[in-house]
Amino acid sequence: MIDFKNVTMVYDAGNRALDKISLHIDDGEFVFLVGPSGSGKSTIIRLLTAEIEPTSGSIAVNGYQLEKIKKRQIPYMRRTVGVIFQDFRLIENKTVFDNVAFSMRVVGASNSQIKQRVPYVLDLVGLENRGRRYPNEISGGEQQRVAIARALVNNPAMIIADEPTGNLDPVRSYEIMMLLERINALGTTVMVVTHERELVNRFTKRVIAIDEGHIINDGMDGYYINEES
Amino acid sequence: MKRVRKLGYLFKEGVRNMITHGFMSFAAICVTVACLVIIGSFSSILYNLSNMVHTLERQNQVTAYVIYGYDEQTAKTVETAIRKLDNVEEANFESGAVAGRRFIDQQGGGEAYEGIDEDTFAHRIIITLKDNSKMAETKALLEQIHGVDHVNAREELADGFMTIQKVLNIASAAIILILLIVSLFMISNTIKLAMYDRRDEIGIMKMVGATNRFIRFPYVIEGFLIGIIAATLAFFIDWGIYNLIANQIQNVDALKLFEIVSFKDRLLLPMVATFGFAGLFVGVFGSVMSIRKFLDV
Repeated sequence: MIDFKNVTMVYDAGNRALDKISLHIDDGEFVFLVGPSGSGKSTIIRLLTAEIEPTSGSIAVNGYQLEKIKKRQIPYMRRTVGVIFQDFRLIENKTVFDNVAFSMRVVGASNSQIKQRVPYVLDLVGLENRGRRYPNEISGGEQQRVAIARALVNNPAMIIADEPTGNLDPVRSYEIMMLLERINALGTTVMVVTHERELVNRFTKRVIAIDEGHIINDGMDGYYINEES
Repeated sequence: MKRVRKLGYLFKEGVRNMITHGFMSFAAICVTVACLVIIGSFSSILYNLSNMVHTLERQNQVTAYVIYGYDEQTAKTVETAIRKLDNVEEANFESGAVAGRRFIDQQGGGEAYEGIDEDTFAHRIIITLKDNSKMAETKALLEQIHGVDHVNAREELADGFMTIQKVLNIASAAIILILLIVSLFMISNTIKLAMYDRRDEIGIMKMVGATNRFIRFPYVIEGFLIGIIAATLAFFIDWGIYNLIANQIQNVDALKLFEIVSFKDRLLLPMVATFGFAGLFVGVFGSVMSIRKFLDV
């Protein structure tokens, strides 16, 4: 569950990235967060992962109040949120299996738990035969699937995908979105941050549009409304 | 059990890190070895200088003259009394006759010294002190002993040696401290460079919920291993250089005057301890300090 109440974020340089925005995302929802570059999307992700603190307002994520979270609690909060990035961010010198297993090592999982869970998740994202490969030996679409598997392996309450299809062709992009939809169907809250209008419009999901630090639309009609539409 | 498992994994990660980031590990080891060899060589030189000063200092002996006319038996009771003083390390009786012969030999002998009576010289006790800085106090105590006529002590020479020793000590401490700071700076920069190389990896670890301790531990293990390897290499390099130079000095007649301390007998243990401590301190502390800013994500 995500709950933003009157959140304002002003960076040190004086740039007001978010201006008193409020939004609520329930458990199990699938939401697109859309907006042009510089609209404040990345700031929302950075706030959700506690990389930065809001200037004012309150943020609740999976039971953690982020405006007053203690530093030592942040890793535990992050374990409830799986994050996927446009540039995949895989560890190059670890195999696909080890990249995914790494998330489980962090939480102290045993080898037998890892051996049981990682193949299951790799199978879920369609990479059951790629475990021994290194990231540079597989395609971009497959690398993004590894990132999804890594985000998913600890069974987080929520997945945040930051431009997950930004480096992929339309076919791979669609496949990744289908995969995220499947994950959502299994009960995980999914928030996809994107500016790809066509892709958003192919799925009938809630779309929150943001521009210049304000929410300009929050609709269930599944359409990406912006200045071009 | 969970904690042991985690520690085992983190230890393996530390070893793996060192191997996979081979070039940076190699660079860190080389810099550490270079710094430790410089510190070790300098310490050895200072130790030898200090040892030479100490040897010279020990040659500055005190002579207590027994009252003229005492027979040898009575004079030896004075020697016994002198030995009981705290600051006396060694006290050797020398009879007037022996002293006389030594004097004549020193003068080159000759007719002028013929016919000198054996009783011309007083019996004396030649004393080596434990601590030459207390020469004045010890001299006063010696003068109070019954049977001692007067005491000959070269206090100004003792003071001179003390000053040289103090200057050497201060200079050693200052130079070693400066070298240690420079080494730490160089090593810390090398490790920082290695960390910078891995900042993305650390960022990923943070993003998947790794605690700072979890991230730091493999780097500490890596620093520990780098420190140990560097200390071991530096130790043997220093030992080799030391023996090479010591042999060269011993083979040159003009330099035989310098007494070179045996590395195996006198320097082995202090060097093992110093290199071990310095290597570990620099490796572990360097890693911990360097990783700090990358953890703030």
